[in-house]
Amino acid sequence: MSPTDGPDRVTITPYRDGPYLVRGSFELLDQDGNEIELSRRTIALCRCGKSRIRPFCDGTHRLTGFRAPGRAEQPDALLDVAVEESHG
Amino acid sequence: MSAVNAWLSPAARLIALPAARGPWTQRLFSALLKHPGAEIDIRDLPLPERALQDDDAQLALYIAYELHYTAIDGVDERWEWAPSLLGFRAALEERFSRAVDDLVPACSVEETIDVGATLQTLVAQDDGPALSRFVETQATREQLLEHVIHRSAYQLKEADPHSWAIPRLSGPAKAALLEIQFDEYGEGRPERMHSALFAETMRCLGLDPAYGAYVERLPAITLATVNLMSGFGLHRRRRGALVGHLAAFEMTSSIPNRRYGNALRRLGYGPDATGFYDEHVEADAVHENIAAWDLAGGLARAEPHTAEDILFGARALLALESLWAEHLLGCWRERRSSLLASADTA
Repeated sequence: MSPTDGPDRVTITPYRDGPYLVRGSFELLDQDGNEIELSRRTIALCRCGKSRIRPFCDGTHRLTGFRAPGRAEQPDALLDVAVEESHG
Repeated sequence: MSAVNAWLSPAARLIALPAARGPWTQRLFSALLKHPGAEIDIRDLPLPERALQDDDAQLALYIAYELHYTAIDGVDERWEWAPSLLGFRAALEERFSRAVDDLVPACSVEETIDVGATLQTLVAQDDGPALSRFVETQATREQLLEHVIHRSAYQLKEADPHSWAIPRLSGPAKAALLEIQFDEYGEGRPERMHSALFAETMRCLGLDPAYGAYVERLPAITLATVNLMSGFGLHRRRRGALVGHLAAFEMTSSIPNRRYGNALRRLGYGPDATGFYDEHVEADAVHENIAAWDLAGGLARAEPHTAEDILFGARALLALESLWAEHLLGCWRERRSSLLASADTA
């Protein structure tokens, strides 16, 4: 069985205007290689940079108006967002 | 309450019938002590004019729903499905439902197209009173305890009302709900169940963590916030509203819970007391995404006709939470308790 299916499969999903959700059998390590304790099976990693419990999400993106798509960003889309923001 | 619970494991639920508050609770409670199915004549009872503010009607509805969640001391368990009880409950549900309908604006067709995105907008535009900010920075210890007592009506059975949706969903929406609920119920560790964490917070604050210990102190609007989700949960046709309610609940949870944890820290409480709130900051930052996009979005994709009710459930949650917060802040502005006087001291 390949690691991309079955129970060991790990997925990372960007949720629109929110964090990355990580599911599956994985470890989270700090840059020194020490394990960061996980308190649940599915975790949310901060994507807006403003969380106070990084690397985990704490919902702060709601207060800061963080915008990001729930899929891979395209270079053109980056331009559109910049234009929209400059008008907003 | 502690005396009633003395012969049961602390994990078992058993409540005592509270004192009656008016004609609806009097009629219901006296019937519940008789054989199951005894007649409950409601023809001469005055229908509640303002159902959300009616302490008597909300308590009667709350206890009618509690038959599905808990044992009640001296009440035959067969009452849960007794036709006379269901008829009594339906009369109150009709008034309650009408009052909620009056609060919730109709949704537009455009809003139902992308339910996940609309939920984000609804939550972002919600301008309910800043209860969590007040509690974080200004609440006294007594006000903080009141807040915890109000919330005990739901938090000691946290996640249970939304579990009624499990057999009524299928596919991705069902998987999403279970992903949330597994975490709510401690991922197999009973001491990590969110209801158990809340009981621990109550213990640390010197409150009685027994299920139902404070029912008599809870005013109509507090009971209404719980009756709302029980009502959605116990009627399969309202599965959309139940899912929308959960989504909006999760989406408005992380930041307030951080503030409530800060309030406890400000008043000198340690990690055992704040554990419930700290857990919710991180947990609900996960759940809110699953609830909005995978659960609510998943149900709307599977059953497009539920989209309208999903948004109704979310708006109803926001509207009732707002009324509840106004009640607390209003009482506190007038320097009085937001709870009802206990029967002993009244």
